[in-house]
Amino acid sequence: MTDLYQSQRAMRQMRRQAMQRGVVAILDVGSSKIACLVLRFDGTGRLSEDGSIGALAGQSGFRVIGAATTRSRGVQFGEINAMQETERAIRTAVQAAQKMAEVRVDHVIACFSGANPRSYGLDAKLDLEGQVVSEHEVAQVLASCEVPEYGAGREVLHAQPVNFALDNRSGLGDPRGQMGQTLAVDMHMLTVDAIAVQNLVRCIQRCDLELAGIASSAYASGFSALVEDEQELGAACIDMGGGSTSISVFMKKHMIYADAVRLGGDHITSDISMGLGIPMANAERIKTFNGGVHATGADDREIIDIGGDTGDWEHDRRTVSRAELIGIMRPRVEEILEEVRARLDAAGFEYLPSQQIVLTGGSSQIMGLDGLASRILGQQVRLGRPLRVHGLPQSATGPGFASAVGLCLFAAHPQDEWWDFEMPAGRHPAGTLGRAVRWFRDNW
Amino acid sequence: MHPLTGWFRKPQEERFDPAPSRLKYRLQRWMLTPGIRFGLRFGVPFCLVFAAGSAYLADEARRGALVGLYLEARAAIQERPEFMVKVMAVDGAGTSVAQDIREVVPLEFPVSSFDLDLEQIRDVITGLDPVKTASVRIRPGGILQVDVEERQPALIWRSREGLALLDENGIHVAELGRRSLHPDLPLIAGKGAEAHAAEALRLFAAAKPLGPRLRGLVRIGERRWDVVLDREQRILLPVGNPVRALERVLAVSEVQDLLERDVTAVDMRLAGRPTVRMTENSVENWWRIRQLNGGGQ
Repeated sequence: MTDLYQSQRAMRQMRRQAMQRGVVAILDVGSSKIACLVLRFDGTGRLSEDGSIGALAGQSGFRVIGAATTRSRGVQFGEINAMQETERAIRTAVQAAQKMAEVRVDHVIACFSGANPRSYGLDAKLDLEGQVVSEHEVAQVLASCEVPEYGAGREVLHAQPVNFALDNRSGLGDPRGQMGQTLAVDMHMLTVDAIAVQNLVRCIQRCDLELAGIASSAYASGFSALVEDEQELGAACIDMGGGSTSISVFMKKHMIYADAVRLGGDHITSDISMGLGIPMANAERIKTFNGGVHATGADDREIIDIGGDTGDWEHDRRTVSRAELIGIMRPRVEEILEEVRARLDAAGFEYLPSQQIVLTGGSSQIMGLDGLASRILGQQVRLGRPLRVHGLPQSATGPGFASAVGLCLFAAHPQDEWWDFEMPAGRHPAGTLGRAVRWFRDNW
Repeated sequence: MHPLTGWFRKPQEERFDPAPSRLKYRLQRWMLTPGIRFGLRFGVPFCLVFAAGSAYLADEARRGALVGLYLEARAAIQERPEFMVKVMAVDGAGTSVAQDIREVVPLEFPVSSFDLDLEQIRDVITGLDPVKTASVRIRPGGILQVDVEERQPALIWRSREGLALLDENGIHVAELGRRSLHPDLPLIAGKGAEAHAAEALRLFAAAKPLGPRLRGLVRIGERRWDVVLDREQRILLPVGNPVRALERVLAVSEVQDLLERDVTAVDMRLAGRPTVRMTENSVENWWRIRQLNGGGQ
């Protein structure tokens, strides 16, 4: 745990350096595409005259100066399974984005969707020494959270204090300086497979880039696709990507639950490919142009060329009606949504005051998906697009870029994490001698 | 059987891979580094031009040729007829002064106007004694126009070296051969007299009523004036406010005919005790008359 604490702090330090230099890259490593945005920070966002939050929800302190997308290779279910290929794809995206930005980027903030994210709710209580809550005591109560046994090969990706309570008052955002007797905290912790994170870190290091932060793409896309009141009142963001569908539940502007279903748009494509006996590229094209989930009478008459390049005339002139295509796609989409429903039920989503569900991600562009989703997930379903940020090219404003845009906001205004607070001295692993030995080992 | 075309066809092109090689990627990142970009954009061209220039100029002959070319071009422009000065015109000076000016400004016409230092010429001309002010300019038509204002002599100064003309500020204008060349100008003499020319002029103005009797002023002991009249009469003036003292003497003279009498000197040096010195003859006469009149009482 302490190693992770140190490495996350190091990444925060790196992020601060990147902010000072003014340029940072955003890397969304997805299963179907890798997106790279280059951000330039020009000071903090200006507030309007009356002190309220200005345009773009105060997120106007940065500007996208470079954007590039490339087809992802070597990534499955949001995890890297062929490192060389992924490295090449990352290089392609970073190079193109740098070329557009005409600036060299050294720091990268990355997100990924896979690696079996698992949410834990932690809490702790602390009797205050004095009457007033100090920063030290906040750190102490965070450190005294009972950390569950989350497995050997796992690592903590996010650990955010969600709620503070002072005596019998709950729902405090910042308890510092307030009077009370006991301080309690609720913390949300997200763990992922350590191997996946290490692979991603290794890949980015092989591209001569420094990792300045890492986030779950469920968190990032929720950050950008949910509007402010949805984040405040409670909503679920479902990011339907290529290889996996990630779920994040927000409440009081904090993520309180995240999960991922290892099913996505690539599975729909492979269903089409197998069902119609056509290459994946053709299947992808047919899915994009003609796909849907609601068959009507007119769809029986709409004939699609599915093609082929075997040289056999009969084989290459095959056609299929749109109704048949929908017949292939719909069960898979239903399966994905039902899986999501099961995860949300397991998380107790129905007990939230607001049942808003926002669909985003590349696969949410399937025609008629919102209608199907409202039957499975509940009545309050909408399709979400990412927030508008400065300088984002038109081609990168679609729902497929929700996690990339969310990561921009994360880079500009990160929420407090457990490692942003100083660890209380008593929690260090060993005494003075042990620390000295560790320092020697770290430096030589 | 080998396909015949296979020998000539290029090997099958691989599927296009957009990913840059590691080297290409590093090179691009390197080229995007701000320092490198600046160096390539400005530093390298500068170094190349500098190196080429130095290599070219390393040869003495080439350097000489370049300098020669430059001088030639310069001369070609300067010697255009529009810039040539052919004649010097001196206005406002008498013949001798004009002659002097032409002597001290030895120019061989025609000369280019770029080679004339008008400021220096003006200083040289103003340095001449008889010249009060001078303005020098180049008039259209290639004429060096010198406008001179001469000093007007106001006094004649007699010193051990001889006679000299001074203007109203005591500045030397010219030597004077004979007094009779300027009979109208008043005469001053004595050491240090030229430094107080203005005071002398005021005294002459006050002494107008004396008319032709006035012979001149003498500076005594470099501190005060004597007015010298004919018949060897003198009026000794004080150091302070001599004009007033002189006016007093003249006023007395007007009423009592003081200066008409047989008086050698009127001493005004002490304002409270003006003294009159008579000649020896008149003193004897006065004694005799007193004896006749009053029996020596």
